[in-house]
Amino acid sequence: MALTDAQLERYSRHIILKEVGVKGQKKLLDSKVLIIGAGGLGAPAAMYLAAAGVGTIGIADADEVDLSNLQRQIIHATEDVGKPKVQSAKETMERMNPDVIIHTYRKFVMSDNIRELIRDYDFIIDGTDNFPAKFLINDACVMEKKPFSHAGIIRFKGQLMTYVPGQGPCYRCIFQSPPPKDAVPTCKQAGVIGAMGGVIGSLQAMEAIKYILGVGDLLVGKLLTYDALKMEFRTVNLPKKVPTCAVCGDHPTITELIDYEQAVCDLRG
Amino acid sequence: MILVVAGEKKSYTEGLTIRDLIQIENVETPEYVTVSLNDEFVGKSDFESTVLKDGDTVEFIYFMGGGSSKWH
Repeated sequence: MALTDAQLERYSRHIILKEVGVKGQKKLLDSKVLIIGAGGLGAPAAMYLAAAGVGTIGIADADEVDLSNLQRQIIHATEDVGKPKVQSAKETMERMNPDVIIHTYRKFVMSDNIRELIRDYDFIIDGTDNFPAKFLINDACVMEKKPFSHAGIIRFKGQLMTYVPGQGPCYRCIFQSPPPKDAVPTCKQAGVIGAMGGVIGSLQAMEAIKYILGVGDLLVGKLLTYDALKMEFRTVNLPKKVPTCAVCGDHPTITELIDYEQAVCDLRG
Repeated sequence: MILVVAGEKKSYTEGLTIRDLIQIENVETPEYVTVSLNDEFVGKSDFESTVLKDGDTVEFIYFMGGGSSKWH
Protein backbone atom coordinates (compact mmCIF):
# COMPACT_ATOMS: atom_id res chain seq x y z
CA MET A 1 0.00 0.00 0.00
CA ALA A 2 1.24 3.51 -0.82
CA LEU A 3 2.15 5.82 2.02
CA THR A 4 -0.31 8.65 2.68
CA ASP A 5 0.77 12.28 2.49
CA ALA A 6 0.72 12.44 6.26
CA GLN A 7 2.95 9.36 6.46
CA LEU A 8 5.37 10.79 3.88
CA GLU A 9 5.68 13.85 6.10
CA ARG A 10 5.76 12.01 9.43
CA TYR A 11 8.53 9.69 8.28
CA SER A 12 10.33 12.18 6.01
CA ARG A 13 13.56 12.07 8.04
CA HIS A 14 13.58 8.30 7.63
CA ILE A 15 12.61 8.32 3.98
CA ILE A 16 15.43 10.69 3.06
CA LEU A 17 17.97 8.17 4.38
CA LYS A 18 19.29 5.97 1.60
CA GLU A 19 19.22 3.00 3.99
CA VAL A 20 15.49 3.49 4.57
CA GLY A 21 13.61 5.21 1.76
CA VAL A 22 9.93 4.57 1.08
CA LYS A 23 10.70 0.87 0.75
CA GLY A 24 12.33 0.68 4.18
CA GLN A 25 9.58 2.71 5.82
CA LYS A 26 7.03 0.28 4.37
CA LYS A 27 9.06 -2.59 5.83
CA LEU A 28 8.86 -0.90 9.24
CA LEU A 29 5.11 -0.37 8.88
CA ASP A 30 4.70 -4.04 7.96
CA SER A 31 6.86 -5.30 10.83
CA LYS A 32 5.92 -6.69 14.22
CA VAL A 33 8.04 -6.27 17.34
CA LEU A 34 7.28 -7.70 20.77
CA ILE A 35 8.63 -5.99 23.88
CA ILE A 36 8.66 -8.10 27.03
CA GLY A 37 8.77 -5.78 30.04
CA ALA A 38 7.40 -2.22 29.94
CA GLY A 39 10.03 -0.84 32.31
CA GLY A 40 13.35 0.98 32.17
CA LEU A 41 14.43 -0.71 28.93
CA GLY A 42 11.06 -1.43 27.35
CA ALA A 43 9.75 2.13 27.79
CA PRO A 44 12.25 3.94 25.55
CA ALA A 45 12.41 0.99 23.15
CA ALA A 46 8.63 1.02 22.75
CA MET A 47 8.51 4.79 22.26
CA TYR A 48 11.18 4.85 19.56
CA LEU A 49 9.65 1.88 17.77
CA ALA A 50 6.21 3.51 17.85
CA ALA A 51 7.60 6.82 16.64
CA ALA A 52 9.50 5.00 13.87
CA GLY A 53 6.27 3.51 12.58
CA VAL A 54 6.84 -0.14 13.43
CA GLY A 55 3.37 -1.20 12.40
CA THR A 56 2.57 -3.69 15.13
CA ILE A 57 4.03 -3.52 18.61
CA GLY A 58 3.25 -6.08 21.29
CA ILE A 59 3.98 -5.24 24.90
CA ALA A 60 3.91 -7.78 27.74
CA ASP A 61 4.06 -6.92 31.42
CA ALA A 62 1.93 -7.95 34.39
CA ASP A 63 2.85 -5.01 36.62
CA GLU A 64 1.19 -1.72 37.47
CA VAL A 65 2.93 1.64 37.33
CA ASP A 66 4.58 2.50 40.64
CA LEU A 67 5.81 5.92 41.71
CA SER A 68 9.36 4.54 41.95
CA ASN A 69 9.21 3.57 38.25
CA LEU A 70 8.88 7.12 37.00
CA GLN A 71 12.54 8.06 37.52
CA ARG A 72 13.38 6.00 34.41
CA GLN A 73 10.29 4.47 32.79
CA ILE A 74 9.46 7.47 30.64
CA ILE A 75 6.52 5.90 28.83
CA HIS A 76 4.53 6.29 32.08
CA ALA A 77 3.55 9.56 33.76
CA THR A 78 2.54 10.60 37.26
CA GLU A 79 -1.17 10.20 36.56
CA ASP A 80 -0.54 6.61 35.42
CA VAL A 81 0.50 5.39 38.88
CA GLY A 82 -1.59 2.33 39.68
CA LYS A 83 -2.53 1.70 36.06
CA PRO A 84 -1.40 -1.51 34.31
CA LYS A 85 1.93 -0.75 32.65
CA VAL A 86 0.83 -2.23 29.34
CA GLN A 87 -2.22 0.07 29.31
CA SER A 88 -0.19 3.15 30.16
CA ALA A 89 2.40 2.20 27.52
CA LYS A 90 -0.30 1.64 24.91
CA GLU A 91 -1.89 5.03 25.58
CA THR A 92 1.44 6.82 25.25
CA MET A 93 2.34 5.03 22.01
CA GLU A 94 -1.09 5.66 20.51
CA ARG A 95 -0.76 9.35 21.29
CA MET A 96 2.65 9.34 19.64
CA ASN A 97 1.66 7.56 16.47
CA PRO A 98 -1.83 6.44 15.40
CA ASP A 99 -0.29 4.35 12.57
CA VAL A 100 0.79 1.73 15.08
CA ILE A 101 -1.33 -1.21 16.23
CA ILE A 102 -0.55 -2.04 19.85
CA HIS A 103 -1.25 -5.45 21.35
CA THR A 104 -1.05 -5.63 25.13
CA TYR A 105 -0.40 -8.77 27.14
CA ARG A 106 -1.00 -8.15 30.79
CA LYS A 107 0.07 -11.56 31.87
CA PHE A 108 2.77 -13.73 33.25
CA VAL A 109 5.12 -14.75 30.47
CA MET A 110 5.85 -18.38 31.23
CA SER A 111 7.08 -21.56 29.62
CA ASP A 112 3.54 -22.52 28.64
CA ASN A 113 2.68 -19.31 26.75
CA ILE A 114 5.87 -17.64 25.55
CA ARG A 115 6.36 -19.69 22.38
CA GLU A 116 2.88 -18.90 21.16
CA LEU A 117 3.32 -15.26 22.14
CA ILE A 118 6.56 -14.69 20.23
CA ARG A 119 5.56 -16.73 17.18
CA ASP A 120 3.65 -13.85 15.55
CA TYR A 121 6.48 -11.36 15.88
CA ASP A 122 9.53 -10.62 13.72
CA PHE A 123 11.79 -9.43 16.51
CA ILE A 124 11.68 -9.64 20.32
CA ILE A 125 13.04 -7.12 22.80
CA ASP A 126 13.97 -8.44 26.22
CA GLY A 127 13.26 -5.58 28.59
CA THR A 128 13.00 -7.76 31.70
CA ASP A 129 15.07 -7.35 34.82
CA ASN A 130 15.46 -10.87 36.09
CA PHE A 131 17.39 -13.91 35.05
CA PRO A 132 14.64 -16.54 34.92
CA ALA A 133 12.91 -14.27 32.38
CA LYS A 134 16.06 -13.67 30.40
CA PHE A 135 16.78 -17.39 30.12
CA LEU A 136 13.17 -18.15 29.24
CA ILE A 137 13.14 -15.52 26.47
CA ASN A 138 16.48 -16.75 25.16
CA ASP A 139 15.48 -20.40 25.09
CA ALA A 140 12.07 -19.67 23.54
CA CYS A 141 13.66 -17.52 20.83
CA VAL A 142 16.23 -20.22 20.07
CA MET A 143 13.46 -22.84 19.83
CA GLU A 144 11.16 -20.63 17.72
CA LYS A 145 14.09 -19.33 15.65
CA LYS A 146 13.32 -15.71 16.51
CA PRO A 147 15.86 -12.91 16.71
CA PHE A 148 15.96 -10.93 19.95
CA SER A 149 17.81 -8.19 21.72
CA HIS A 150 19.16 -8.90 25.19
CA ALA A 151 19.97 -6.02 27.50
CA GLY A 152 20.78 -5.45 31.13
CA ILE A 153 21.33 -2.33 33.21
CA ILE A 154 22.55 -1.68 36.72
CA ARG A 155 23.99 1.35 38.53
CA PHE A 156 25.91 3.27 35.85
CA LYS A 157 26.44 0.29 33.56
CA GLY A 158 24.61 -1.43 30.76
CA GLN A 159 25.09 -4.30 28.32
CA LEU A 160 23.47 -5.32 25.07
CA MET A 161 23.66 -8.13 22.53
CA THR A 162 21.57 -9.41 19.65
CA TYR A 163 20.76 -13.01 18.87
CA VAL A 164 19.95 -14.01 15.31
CA PRO A 165 19.26 -17.72 14.82
CA GLY A 166 22.17 -19.56 13.26
CA GLN A 167 24.36 -16.48 13.09
CA GLY A 168 25.91 -16.20 16.52
CA PRO A 169 25.87 -17.18 20.17
CA CYS A 170 22.79 -17.01 22.39
CA TYR A 171 22.49 -15.69 25.94
CA ARG A 172 22.93 -19.20 27.34
CA CYS A 173 26.20 -19.59 25.43
CA ILE A 174 27.58 -16.80 27.64
CA PHE A 175 25.82 -17.60 30.91
CA GLN A 176 24.99 -21.29 31.22
CA SER A 177 22.26 -20.92 33.86
CA PRO A 178 20.65 -18.25 36.05
CA PRO A 179 22.55 -17.22 39.17
CA PRO A 180 20.99 -18.24 42.48
CA LYS A 181 18.54 -15.84 44.08
CA ASP A 182 20.27 -12.74 45.46
CA ALA A 183 23.68 -13.87 44.20
CA VAL A 184 24.09 -10.87 41.93
CA PRO A 185 22.77 -7.38 42.64
CA THR A 186 19.59 -6.10 41.03
CA CYS A 187 18.50 -2.59 40.10
CA LYS A 188 16.19 -2.49 43.09
CA GLN A 189 18.97 -3.39 45.49
CA ALA A 190 21.82 -1.61 43.75
CA GLY A 191 20.02 1.22 41.93
CA VAL A 192 20.25 2.36 38.36
CA ILE A 193 20.66 5.80 36.86
CA GLY A 194 17.44 6.61 35.01
CA ALA A 195 19.00 7.65 31.72
CA MET A 196 20.72 4.25 31.48
CA GLY A 197 17.43 2.69 30.39
CA GLY A 198 17.16 5.41 27.77
CA VAL A 199 20.62 4.70 26.39
CA ILE A 200 20.38 0.93 26.33
CA GLY A 201 16.65 0.64 25.54
CA SER A 202 17.12 3.01 22.60
CA LEU A 203 19.97 0.82 21.37
CA GLN A 204 17.62 -2.17 21.54
CA ALA A 205 15.15 -0.26 19.37
CA MET A 206 18.01 0.56 17.00
CA GLU A 207 18.92 -3.12 16.66
CA ALA A 208 15.28 -4.02 15.95
CA ILE A 209 15.02 -1.30 13.29
CA LYS A 210 18.30 -2.35 11.63
CA TYR A 211 17.19 -5.97 11.65
CA ILE A 212 13.87 -5.07 10.00
CA LEU A 213 15.54 -2.84 7.42
CA GLY A 214 18.33 -5.36 6.82
CA VAL A 215 21.02 -2.70 7.09
CA GLY A 216 24.35 -2.47 8.86
CA ASP A 217 25.93 -4.79 11.38
CA LEU A 218 24.02 -6.14 14.34
CA LEU A 219 25.50 -6.96 17.73
CA VAL A 220 25.57 -10.63 16.80
CA GLY A 221 28.57 -12.37 18.32
CA LYS A 222 29.37 -9.18 20.20
CA LEU A 223 28.42 -7.79 23.57
CA LEU A 224 28.31 -4.02 23.84
CA THR A 225 29.07 -2.70 27.30
CA TYR A 226 28.53 0.86 28.45
CA ASP A 227 30.10 2.43 31.51
CA ALA A 228 28.54 5.85 32.05
CA LEU A 229 30.99 6.94 34.74
CA LYS A 230 33.96 6.30 32.46
CA MET A 231 31.77 7.38 29.52
CA GLU A 232 33.05 4.38 27.63
CA PHE A 233 31.40 2.00 25.19
CA ARG A 234 33.24 -1.24 24.48
CA THR A 235 32.45 -4.13 22.19
CA VAL A 236 33.48 -7.51 23.56
CA ASN A 237 33.86 -10.16 20.89
CA LEU A 238 32.10 -13.41 21.66
CA PRO A 239 32.81 -16.83 20.16
CA LYS A 240 30.92 -17.34 16.88
CA LYS A 241 29.44 -20.55 18.19
CA VAL A 242 29.54 -22.47 21.44
CA PRO A 243 29.07 -26.12 20.39
CA THR A 244 28.49 -27.17 24.01
CA CYS A 245 25.61 -24.71 24.59
CA ALA A 246 22.71 -26.54 26.23
CA VAL A 247 20.09 -24.91 24.04
CA CYS A 248 21.69 -23.82 20.74
CA GLY A 249 24.74 -26.11 20.68
CA ASP A 250 25.39 -29.21 18.60
CA HIS A 251 23.66 -31.53 21.05
CA PRO A 252 21.06 -29.52 22.97
CA THR A 253 20.10 -30.92 26.36
CA ILE A 254 17.40 -28.28 26.91
CA THR A 255 14.53 -29.09 24.59
CA GLU A 256 11.68 -27.95 26.85
CA LEU A 257 11.34 -24.50 28.35
CA ILE A 258 12.12 -24.04 32.03
CA ASP A 259 10.34 -21.81 34.55
CA TYR A 260 13.18 -21.10 36.92
CA GLU A 261 12.22 -20.01 40.39
CA GLN A 262 11.45 -16.29 40.47
CA ALA A 263 14.85 -15.32 41.71
CA VAL A 264 16.90 -12.24 42.27
CA CYS A 265 14.36 -9.82 43.69
CA ASP A 266 10.80 -9.46 44.78
CA LEU A 267 8.26 -8.39 42.24
CA ARG A 268 7.86 -4.76 43.12
CA GLY A 269 9.80 -1.91 41.60
CA MET B 1 53.98 -9.78 30.81
CA ILE B 2 51.39 -7.54 29.22
CA LEU B 3 47.72 -8.54 29.20
CA VAL B 4 44.72 -6.72 27.82
CA VAL B 5 42.15 -7.00 30.60
CA ALA B 6 38.69 -5.54 30.02
CA GLY B 7 40.14 -3.42 27.25
CA GLU B 8 43.09 -2.06 29.25
CA LYS B 9 46.71 -2.98 28.62
CA LYS B 10 48.47 -3.67 31.89
CA SER B 11 51.59 -5.37 33.19
CA TYR B 12 51.27 -8.50 35.32
CA THR B 13 53.67 -11.02 36.85
CA GLU B 14 54.39 -14.18 34.86
CA GLY B 15 52.57 -17.42 35.59
CA LEU B 16 49.26 -15.84 36.52
CA THR B 17 46.16 -18.03 36.22
CA ILE B 18 42.65 -16.79 35.45
CA ARG B 19 41.71 -17.39 39.07
CA ASP B 20 44.66 -15.20 40.17
CA LEU B 21 43.60 -12.48 37.77
CA ILE B 22 40.03 -12.55 39.09
CA GLN B 23 41.43 -11.88 42.58
CA ILE B 24 43.87 -9.19 41.48
CA GLU B 25 41.20 -7.36 39.54
CA ASN B 26 38.68 -7.57 42.40
CA VAL B 27 36.03 -9.03 40.11
CA GLU B 28 32.57 -8.58 41.57
CA THR B 29 30.62 -11.82 42.19
CA PRO B 30 33.56 -13.96 40.93
CA GLU B 31 31.52 -17.18 41.12
CA TYR B 32 29.14 -15.87 38.47
CA VAL B 33 31.44 -14.09 36.08
CA THR B 34 31.97 -15.39 32.56
CA VAL B 35 35.55 -15.16 31.38
CA SER B 36 36.71 -15.04 27.81
CA LEU B 37 40.33 -15.54 26.83
CA ASN B 38 41.24 -14.37 23.33
CA ASP B 39 37.53 -14.34 22.40
CA GLU B 40 36.82 -17.89 23.60
CA PHE B 41 34.98 -18.72 26.84
CA VAL B 42 36.90 -20.49 29.58
CA GLY B 43 34.95 -22.98 31.72
CA LYS B 44 34.86 -22.18 35.42
CA SER B 45 36.56 -25.49 36.19
CA ASP B 46 39.52 -24.32 34.10
CA PHE B 47 40.07 -20.98 35.85
CA GLU B 48 42.74 -22.44 38.13
CA SER B 49 44.59 -24.40 35.48
CA THR B 50 44.58 -21.76 32.74
CA VAL B 51 47.91 -19.92 32.83
CA LEU B 52 47.93 -16.58 31.04
CA LYS B 53 50.66 -15.59 28.65
CA ASP B 54 52.01 -12.33 27.30
CA GLY B 55 49.60 -10.66 24.87
CA ASP B 56 46.48 -12.49 26.04
CA THR B 57 43.17 -10.65 26.00
CA VAL B 58 40.83 -11.33 28.89
CA GLU B 59 37.26 -10.12 29.31
CA PHE B 60 34.97 -10.44 32.31
CA ILE B 61 31.27 -10.64 31.39
CA TYR B 62 28.82 -9.94 34.18
CA PHE B 63 25.22 -10.86 34.74
CA MET B 64 23.10 -7.73 34.34
CA GLY B 65 19.36 -7.58 34.98
CA GLY B 66 17.53 -4.28 34.74
CA GLY B 67 14.38 -3.22 32.95
CA SER B 68 10.96 -4.24 34.18
CA SER B 69 10.32 -6.53 37.07
CA LYS B 70 6.90 -8.13 37.09
CA TRP B 71 7.08 -10.12 33.94
CA HIS B 72 6.43 -13.38 35.73
